[in-house]
Amino acid sequence: MSLFWTIWISTITLIVVLGCAVLLRATSKNNTGVPEGEPMPHTFDGIQELNNPLPKWWTILFWFTIVIAIIYSFAYPTFTANYNGLLDWTSADKDIKSPQESKLRAKTSHSQYQREMNLAEIKYGAVFKKLAYNEDGSYKSFTHIANDPEALKVGQRLFLQNCSMCHGSDGRGNRGFPNLTDNDWLYGATESAIKTSIMQGRSGVMAAWEDILGGKKGVREITSYVLQLSGRRVNTLEAKAGKKKFALCATCHGENGKGSYVFGAPNLTDKIWLYGGSRKAVEATISTGRNGVMPAWLDVLGEDKIHLISAFVYSLSMKNN
Amino acid sequence: MTSITMPQPDYNMKVVRQFTLTTILWGIVGMSVGVIIAAQLIWPVLNFNTPWFTYSRLRPLHTNAVIFAFGVSALMATSFYVVQRTCQTRLFGGSLASVVFWGWQLVIISTVISLPLGYTTSKEYAELEWPIDILITFVWVCYAIVFFGTLAIRKTSHIYVANWFFGAFILTVAVLHVVNSLAIPVSLTGMKSYSIYAGAVDAMVQWWYGHNAVGFLLTAGFLGMMYYFVPKQANRPVYSYRLSIIHFWSLIAVYIWAGPHHLHYTALPDWAQSLGMVMSLILFAPSWGGMINGIMTLSGAWHKLRTDPILRFLVVSLSFYGMSTFEGPMMAIKTVNALSHYTDWTIGHVHSGALGWVTMITIGAIYHLIPKLFGQKAMYSVALINLHFWLATIGTVLYIVAMWTSGVMQGLMWRAVNADGTLTYTFVESLEKSYPFYTIRLGGGLIFLSGMFILAYNTYKTIYAEKGSIQYQELGSK
Repeated sequence: MSLFWTIWISTITLIVVLGCAVLLRATSKNNTGVPEGEPMPHTFDGIQELNNPLPKWWTILFWFTIVIAIIYSFAYPTFTANYNGLLDWTSADKDIKSPQESKLRAKTSHSQYQREMNLAEIKYGAVFKKLAYNEDGSYKSFTHIANDPEALKVGQRLFLQNCSMCHGSDGRGNRGFPNLTDNDWLYGATESAIKTSIMQGRSGVMAAWEDILGGKKGVREITSYVLQLSGRRVNTLEAKAGKKKFALCATCHGENGKGSYVFGAPNLTDKIWLYGGSRKAVEATISTGRNGVMPAWLDVLGEDKIHLISAFVYSLSMKNN
Repeated sequence: MTSITMPQPDYNMKVVRQFTLTTILWGIVGMSVGVIIAAQLIWPVLNFNTPWFTYSRLRPLHTNAVIFAFGVSALMATSFYVVQRTCQTRLFGGSLASVVFWGWQLVIISTVISLPLGYTTSKEYAELEWPIDILITFVWVCYAIVFFGTLAIRKTSHIYVANWFFGAFILTVAVLHVVNSLAIPVSLTGMKSYSIYAGAVDAMVQWWYGHNAVGFLLTAGFLGMMYYFVPKQANRPVYSYRLSIIHFWSLIAVYIWAGPHHLHYTALPDWAQSLGMVMSLILFAPSWGGMINGIMTLSGAWHKLRTDPILRFLVVSLSFYGMSTFEGPMMAIKTVNALSHYTDWTIGHVHSGALGWVTMITIGAIYHLIPKLFGQKAMYSVALINLHFWLATIGTVLYIVAMWTSGVMQGLMWRAVNADGTLTYTFVESLEKSYPFYTIRLGGGLIFLSGMFILAYNTYKTIYAEKGSIQYQELGSK
């Protein structure tokens, strides 16, 4: 913040606060020329005003707030962004511009946010470590954690607070947000695949195909074929025509339409539909594409907590197996 | 008090009558929408699966209707009445006063149509799109010309304190509205614009506006109303001239700084947050100055509360005013704010001001005005005024106690942590626990609204009674 703005803010702040103090002093005395308790020499529509003194307790209250305000203004940053006040306090490190910088500063910063985060790390970090690690320092397997009710409960709490907005508090998902309880995995059922999804995030992109397929007719034919893959009754002529074009889709979804963990491409032969299984929904998916985004959580939660969440998510499918 | 009757100037009472009646009308409309959205929070199905009746569109309609349709109509009615009577002269500008009335009704109609249709700038209390903003500016300039013009041609030597407050309200709201609404329209024919501010600056300008809509419209404006109708109804002199000087100047000088307390612990720079907080603290005494001056004006007239329910409205409104202006500075303290912010406590605080202070003082002023404006000595039924008083008081208390309780509960639930540092409750759990309080709030709102219908009925009977036929009655006398 430039010197000009610092002077500008300090000056008008002090004018207002000191102005209040000066006027309070002035009106505490009777300078009206009218004896106290008597009416002022003007009436308005029959209304008179008495020249009563200010109530003493109110005057003291006013002075008290002014003094407190001045003390607070010097103790905390008030007049300029360049000065943190006598207590050298700041709420958060607002000059930080990247997560990397934030990590570097974490240990040395004394902003209120960072101090509370560091305290929490000391106080609670050990709790998560104990639940997530073996004694030899390696992560516990998901099945191990899934059989530890306490660890599972912590995993569930973390899930409820961070994941349930999209995936639902029962983990059953929502349109566009995968159901996590059906043992159908877009990126694979391995521990590392589940953890990677949460730590690094995923972006499930389906391209828009309408133009390439030659308009609505092409989309219709492919849709018929795709629906046929999961055993739906369709116009077989359309499906036949669609099958010829399916080579385009096979790159990601595989020649038999069973999908691919590498691309996160859904299996088209089962009855699970991420964006709805009606003909209309599937046609919309094919013609205009989809953009599914799972955010990356590593910087937010850290690997220990994510390990517990992953094990909890894994356990949801175990139950339904 | 002098009882000499002087020949009265030819006041423009037509515009006062118009605004007084629309105050009642828009009060009923705005509060009904409030009751509907309170019910929607319990039964979401009440949006009838239409976009027009969804909570997100009706909520701004409620706030705009009660603040700008009901509140501003009340202020325009009383300021036009008070400025004429205390300046002993007819309103300046001839038919310009009618332009203000019909222009403002046009603003309100545009609001009632455009908000449910989904046109919004998304700025709280400033949702109206740019063509309506321009219309507001035009009407407001006319309003200022009429009001300040009347002050300029006054027959009295001094300017009465009520007019200082009305004047501060009119000037500041003009500045606030213009600065906060600055936007670039997407096209000259479309109802869509983008604010010229961005990020933290946008937030700061918005809450500088938002808080001073409360400070200058709902506080200063209604203090102007208080300074005329309390001494008039009590028939007592104003308690302290010097107190009115210090609390007027300190109130308007300090209020304008308090906005950043809406943005504690956000991306707003720390220095701006601290400044907003200390100014909010200083604001405590200036705010209470008005309450003291109002309540102490009743010295020697306390017995009238037994017989005059209009005075009850005025005095209870001052008590609610004192309560919310104590609560406000407390909530502006960062540590308190960390608990109260984003909870129903804020809604409770706002309504202790909006129902308890703004609406109660307005109702008191309306009951004082109606007989004078329509050639009667008194209102049709003093018993109905008394019934209205109790409905309004009970409704307000139920409303704010419900919101305080659910607000503090929400704040405590959101910050509760388990032994492992995870949050004890999910958001949905706190919502579930809020439902009983939402039901009490709906009850309070309904009770308050039913009082407004009694006001409308009593007004109707007073206006349509034969001129001068209603005799003054004391409460309890038969």
